[in-house]
Amino acid sequence: MLTILFDGIAYGMLLFVISCGLAVTLGLMNFVNLAHGAFAMLGGYCAYVLVNLYGVPFFASLPVAFMFAAMIGLLAERTLYVHFYNRSHLEQVLFTIGLVFMTSAAVDYFLGSQQRFINLPSYLQGRFDFFGIGIGKYRLLIILVCALILIVLQLILGYTRFGSRLRAAVDDQRVARGLGINVNWVFALTFAVGCGLAGLGGALGAEILSLEPHFPLKFMIYFLIVVSVGGTSSITGPFLASILLGIGDVAGKYYAPRYGGFVIYTIMIVVLVLRPQGLFARGTSK
Amino acid sequence: MSSLDTAKDASNVMTRKRSWHWLEYAFWLAAAASVFLLPSQHALLTQIAIWSLFALSLDLLLGYAGIVSLGHAAYFGFGAYVAALFAINFTGEPVTGLLVAGVAAGLLGLVTSLLVLRGTDLTRLMVTLGIALVMYEIANQMSWLTGGADGLTGMPVNPVLGFFPIYFRQANSYAYVLVVLFVLFVVAKRIVHSPFGYSLRAIKGNPLRASSIGIPNNPRLIAVYTIAAAYAGIAGALLAQTTPVVSLTYIDFQRSADVLLMLIIGGTGYLYGGIIGSALFLVAQKFIGNITPQYWEFWIGFALVVIALFARDRGLFSIVERIAAWRKRGAKP
Repeated sequence: MLTILFDGIAYGMLLFVISCGLAVTLGLMNFVNLAHGAFAMLGGYCAYVLVNLYGVPFFASLPVAFMFAAMIGLLAERTLYVHFYNRSHLEQVLFTIGLVFMTSAAVDYFLGSQQRFINLPSYLQGRFDFFGIGIGKYRLLIILVCALILIVLQLILGYTRFGSRLRAAVDDQRVARGLGINVNWVFALTFAVGCGLAGLGGALGAEILSLEPHFPLKFMIYFLIVVSVGGTSSITGPFLASILLGIGDVAGKYYAPRYGGFVIYTIMIVVLVLRPQGLFARGTSK
Repeated sequence: MSSLDTAKDASNVMTRKRSWHWLEYAFWLAAAASVFLLPSQHALLTQIAIWSLFALSLDLLLGYAGIVSLGHAAYFGFGAYVAALFAINFTGEPVTGLLVAGVAAGLLGLVTSLLVLRGTDLTRLMVTLGIALVMYEIANQMSWLTGGADGLTGMPVNPVLGFFPIYFRQANSYAYVLVVLFVLFVVAKRIVHSPFGYSLRAIKGNPLRASSIGIPNNPRLIAVYTIAAAYAGIAGALLAQTTPVVSLTYIDFQRSADVLLMLIIGGTGYLYGGIIGSALFLVAQKFIGNITPQYWEFWIGFALVVIALFARDRGLFSIVERIAAWRKRGAKP
């Protein structure tokens, strides 16, 4: 029972790390980016190639996966995404679904369509008992890393100059521009960091989330749920939503494997219909 | 000018707009001729006609009412399952099956439209996607009824209206599908050129202004959503009647994405977009898919990105128009 809770939290933490970048692009920049999962997948495959094919240590591969996804994200933002900021949502949807299909096919072409597992170092395998709760070492690592990221994100957003610029740019783009904030640059950097975090999450969670070319489509709905249910007015909303979703999904798969997906989608629809701004949203002016 | 004159003018304009262009006659004549002239391609043509109807139904939503849907396959699949189950349990007469599937899918559309109409574009995207996923899960879990992952087989297909056999006769089944497509197309054309259709475009253009000139936005949107769902259900029923198995792929995300892509390729808001788009899509799929079946997906994605980057309402045609305009500009100075 508590083990399920623990696994659910690990899963939710992963979802959070991957989708917090999406919370910014989708919620704050109002850009429907369905291709967010593609960056997570790229990070995951980056780690896979490094660890399994070149024998790089697992921990060293994580920052590389982050940088790799972030660079690709930055490149995509500057060359492609930037043309779509003022387009209709439909065009954004088409564009990003197109990107998902292309990355899926490209990954399939280069690395094959079967599911990939990253070779974990032996000290991360297995589990130990802690007051009767079975705790997987790998999942514990995920929770620790993700908690660290959450804290760092909160600090950056709340206490740095960049954080206040970002919040200003998001609250009112025009006024922020008027104050001399380079909004384009802030968005580009935020987008890159968001993609990098997705890549990191993909690399960390390759084991749990099952890394394969159709990863972006399979998890697209999960990331969207996190963002839309969590709301985007703060970082805690998506965080709580992802933890709930993680626990719900793991528990659902464990106790009622036949109805798990069904329940989650239904809850999502209900929440969206009742509270279009998200479950944890404060009243926003927009 | 009195208001009576204005009304008369408006009705004249509408009558003119809904009259047929000679190209349209040519198009449908060519389609009818293909029944006799292209016997080797009937399987492909049947697919094109069914997808056309499906894309047409999405066009009613997207092109006229401006509702973006990522889960239109929900109604397509529902119609297909209803038609198959109806044929197995009651009668295998196809037209009855179509009507039942259309009504059932329409009802589903009516109920779900209440969920879809709330909120903004993004919420609609998520809710339509969610509805399709829920329908998929239901179809997957109720395997005693739907066959689950194995699909539903053994659906009887009697002669149409008792005298026109279509079962395993490709020419006849193509003719049947084409007639259904034509009839529903004429109805759709009548709908979009009616005052109702114009009010939808007004809502799409600016919901606030539309409601301030007295258009009841939500009832109109519910109505068009229901109609579109019924159309999609009939398209699904057609596919069920012309292929031996109804499976979960009828209802999956790929199908929703494909139909959106077809419509976008052909262009939205003039009814022929879905037909042209699905023809281009399926022919391309046949050729590219023959060369690299696995990586067909890559080219779909590429097409989507290019279209999203350069094309607007008219799909591929707007790219052609742009190139033409660009060449003209290049030639002048």
